[in-house]
Amino acid sequence: MTESRRAVALISGGLDSLLAARVVQEQGVHVEGINFFTGFCVEGHTHAIREQHRDRPKRNNALWAAEQLGIKLHIVDIIEEYKDIVINPKHGYGANLNPCLDCKIFMVRKAREWMDAHEFDFIVTGEVIGQRPMSQRKDTMPVVARDSGAEERLVRPLCAKNLPPTLPEREGWLDRERMHGFSGRSRKPQIALAASYGFEDFAQPAGGCCFLTDRRYAVKLQDLWKTRGRRDYDLDDIMLLKVGRHLRPRPHFKIIVGREEGENRFLEGYRKRFVHMIPSSHVGPLVLLDGDVNTDDIELAARLTARFSKGRDAGMVSIEVNDKAGTRRTLDVVPMPVEQIPQDWYL
Amino acid sequence: MSNRIIDARNLLCPLPVIRTQDAVAECGAGDELQVRCTDPGVVHDIPAWCRVHGHVVRGITHEDREIIIDITVGNAV
Repeated sequence: MTESRRAVALISGGLDSLLAARVVQEQGVHVEGINFFTGFCVEGHTHAIREQHRDRPKRNNALWAAEQLGIKLHIVDIIEEYKDIVINPKHGYGANLNPCLDCKIFMVRKAREWMDAHEFDFIVTGEVIGQRPMSQRKDTMPVVARDSGAEERLVRPLCAKNLPPTLPEREGWLDRERMHGFSGRSRKPQIALAASYGFEDFAQPAGGCCFLTDRRYAVKLQDLWKTRGRRDYDLDDIMLLKVGRHLRPRPHFKIIVGREEGENRFLEGYRKRFVHMIPSSHVGPLVLLDGDVNTDDIELAARLTARFSKGRDAGMVSIEVNDKAGTRRTLDVVPMPVEQIPQDWYL
Repeated sequence: MSNRIIDARNLLCPLPVIRTQDAVAECGAGDELQVRCTDPGVVHDIPAWCRVHGHVVRGITHEDREIIIDITVGNAV
């Protein structure tokens, strides 16, 4: 083994990538981490926005993993480039709008580019054969290596013994016998390996680290594409889909209703871009109206806003309505009875 | 020696960390940066990023809803 070899490890913040990096580190290889921000990462945002989650530990798991490993972590913004993966996945979607195989190929390709630019020798991932139904199968793992261009410089230390030897193994940079032959969905081997390294309190995202795997989120993104007539998005779009209740009472507009104080504060940052409303006679949510709305639409939205306020059982609720030009007026409305809100308005 | 202010307000993590990382990449050892943020997550994430890269967080202060983090760039840039 030589200490001069350098590897870049894809660090998601989950257990597998943490372990994979440590397995390679233990063989005297210099490891640095790379983490990609797509905009769809679940981590942190819900906690950052929602008041009710403030009691949970707030940390970036990839940074936490890097600290455990004692390695540098490079966080790369891939929001713009990633759009093409989400919109046109060559290998299709998983259960929702998750383009897992294309995503993995893309991230390994970006890691390969980083490796080349920084004169590193190989790439490490925490993939395990059979762990994921789309991107971590025996037949798709070679596709990732080939289509990313990483080829034989892609090492999966947790399942290396189940795969053909890679360049670092053949060159003697890594000892194949000191890697692993994990397979399948069981987490027991990883948990045992983590214990042997003394890792505790690691994240267990269980495939839920990306909003695109979430059915409700996928419905909202598809709704956005359908109403715009094109499959496109920007960062603000995909952030707003993470926040609040989304109801589409009419084809040409939807409302986004803050569910609590933290979400209301987050939505406030967008209020100048939307017609928006908030109850003035009762405590209630900030509501954004997304679409070109007319007088009837505003009254309907106001009645829905009243419905989600503390005045839901009152005879009348005053709603402050603000247009995009900053003009403010007050509407007094009867809260919409819950039975008059069709379930299919909820996205 | 330079002093820069990074505006990362209204960005959620990890974007403030990425903005900090990008700014540090243009700095030399000993340079000072101030990052202004609104996401409370930065009080954990930016110091964690600084620790793994060998930069020093000189202080974290709060002004209304803003969080201000002062950093001195380390030797390992």
